[in-house]
Amino acid sequence: MKVSVLGGATTKFGELWERSPRQLATSVVNEVLELSKLKKNKIDAIYVGNMLSSSLGNQDHLGAFFSEELGLNVPALKVEAACASGGMAVHLAALSILSGQYKNVLVLGIEKMTDYKPEVVNSALMGAGSDAEREAGATFPALYALMATLHMQKYNTSEEMLAAVSVKNHYHASLNSHAQFRKPITLDDVLKSPPVASPLKILDCSPLTDGAAAIILSQDSAKAGVSIIASEVATDTLGLSQRDDITSLKATRLAAEKAYKQAKISAKDIDVAEVHDCFTIAEILAMEDLGFFRKGEAGPAILNKKTWLGLGRPVVNTSGGLKASGHPVGATGVKQIVEIYNQLSERASLKQVKNAKIGLTHNVGGSGATCVIHILKRFGDIPAR
Amino acid sequence: MKNVGILSYGTYLPHFRIKTDEIASVWGKNSDNIVSSLGISEKSVAGIDEDSVTMAYEAGNEALKKANINPEALEAILVGSESHPYAVNPTSTIIGEFLGAKTYYLASDLEFACKAATTAFISVAGLISSRTIKTGLIVGSDRAQAKPHDILEYSASSAACAFILSIDTKECLADILDVTSVSSDTPDFWRRDGVRYPSHGGRFTGEPAYFHHVELASKNLLEKSGLTPSDFKYCVFHMPNGKFPRVVAKRLGFSSPQQEPSLIVDSIGNPYSASSLLGLSAVLDIAQKDDLIFMVSYGSGAGSDGLILKVNKSQSSQEYAFKNKISKKQYITYLQYLKFNNKI
Repeated sequence: MKVSVLGGATTKFGELWERSPRQLATSVVNEVLELSKLKKNKIDAIYVGNMLSSSLGNQDHLGAFFSEELGLNVPALKVEAACASGGMAVHLAALSILSGQYKNVLVLGIEKMTDYKPEVVNSALMGAGSDAEREAGATFPALYALMATLHMQKYNTSEEMLAAVSVKNHYHASLNSHAQFRKPITLDDVLKSPPVASPLKILDCSPLTDGAAAIILSQDSAKAGVSIIASEVATDTLGLSQRDDITSLKATRLAAEKAYKQAKISAKDIDVAEVHDCFTIAEILAMEDLGFFRKGEAGPAILNKKTWLGLGRPVVNTSGGLKASGHPVGATGVKQIVEIYNQLSERASLKQVKNAKIGLTHNVGGSGATCVIHILKRFGDIPAR
Repeated sequence: MKNVGILSYGTYLPHFRIKTDEIASVWGKNSDNIVSSLGISEKSVAGIDEDSVTMAYEAGNEALKKANINPEALEAILVGSESHPYAVNPTSTIIGEFLGAKTYYLASDLEFACKAATTAFISVAGLISSRTIKTGLIVGSDRAQAKPHDILEYSASSAACAFILSIDTKECLADILDVTSVSSDTPDFWRRDGVRYPSHGGRFTGEPAYFHHVELASKNLLEKSGLTPSDFKYCVFHMPNGKFPRVVAKRLGFSSPQQEPSLIVDSIGNPYSASSLLGLSAVLDIAQKDDLIFMVSYGSGAGSDGLILKVNKSQSSQEYAFKNKISKKQYITYLQYLKFNNKI
């Protein structure tokens, strides 16, 4: 598989009360077109990654909503897979390129969350959960807290190890001008922050965020130095109760296995990764399920800074991850591609991983019911810019 | 603004208090975190037989007593509140009747979230400054509502504060030197007709709402007056919690000693339209001749009113001092709180 990435851009992530979804889309698409050196009329289709436009924004026709805003009449559709909506949009866009139907495709990931009351947003987000677990009153923090509790019991994972994920990602975000939270924090800050669903504390949890991200995928490899070499998806049960093991996400394992096979590489070949750290335990699970560390060894490794920028490989969540860069759910999976694209094309500025050639993105929906994995590779020289 | 001053003021604070700790324990929250983030350790609670009318009357009555004037001298009574007991039937006429005002007075109720009473203050001051009337009463009174388990439950409190304004005479405690107002359509906090509890936009109530408007009004007032923060002995800002007024004062260049006497929020919470006026009353309790006072209110929806006052004379007695009222209290349980608020 080889689908060229011509460019990627994100808006600033955060509480963007003064900017509408239309404004976010227009600004990020203009930026990505400029970076890609592509004229707008060369876009053949638009895939929009978004979860909540229907439940929060009362807009059920999002493809045409944004094609209208961009002044285009091309096929445009919304792709929804909960928090993996962005990754799934990239997956389908890549398949559309491979099909030969389209030459250049715009993928727009976008979410507007902070214009609404937190309890309303939380209720909408639980739309991604299983009926039974919702009826029992579970929220995603509670479900991930269950996973964390069992992981701690089985593998001696400690609260410090969970906290170390947040500390690392805040440090990386401090180097990211577009991140929501750019303040470095300490283990003590995390450990003393108010509990949300024990053992998860507020600083173990990703925030509500507004933001947009966009990439251009293309058949044209002449202009691109970075390509997607694997795009795979796996799904699992919506809820935790039907799973054999909740200290691991089966969807991640299955998607990763397929993606490594498709890319003809293994986990040890990955230089840089953006993984779905909606909660700190989620990054520990991802590290193990993606094969970067053996089961039970990710927590100590993260605590020992094995995945910090400049201190080990793979470097994980250089954007700051969902935790500190922010988590505008439909935009997250696209932002991950943008970050890896920037790393592989040496556009990552202060957070640049030296000599990064292969990168991975890992985007999860719900409590692990959907997992989308992409592997990107740099080919040849870095394109001039 | 010329020829208008504060003749007297009165305050009313209910006897009952509920501690942040008591509310937090019901909802399984860490009280220390809430106290440190909101800066409120307890709040005042109106008794079961108190409402915005009874509290407005008490504050107005005290202001009349201190002014030692005949209530028939009042030519205007404006009451600001967001908890007027009646949607139709003015609070202002009820308290006018009970205070003994004569028939020929202008009465009206105002609603503009927490700044309705400072708007009343500026309105009556304008009538006096223009020589339309000589004396008027304004009151801010609220029995603030908060939905159980909402963050507002820790701050929404009850109290009232009244000011009698008059043409500038040697009897006036302070002259009103200048005023300003800013307004915009900013949906940070609202309650639709018939809905029991208000809604709010969470963190949206901060930067684009409170801070934006308070800072605009403050800067405008300083620019208009040609004064700087260091020219003032005291500053008073609306207190939706203990954090916001401290942050905004610091940003504008006011010091902690300038602000500290006005910070009644720490021990009584936010009695909405009475909040900034009670802060002003706490300052006037201790102010001395020639002290300059800077005050800016805030009302959601949204807007801010600003005032600059110059003190003419200090209070001769501390009999009515607000700090004494703060210390007279009885703690209640959460169950009593629910009962007093007709929630059970």
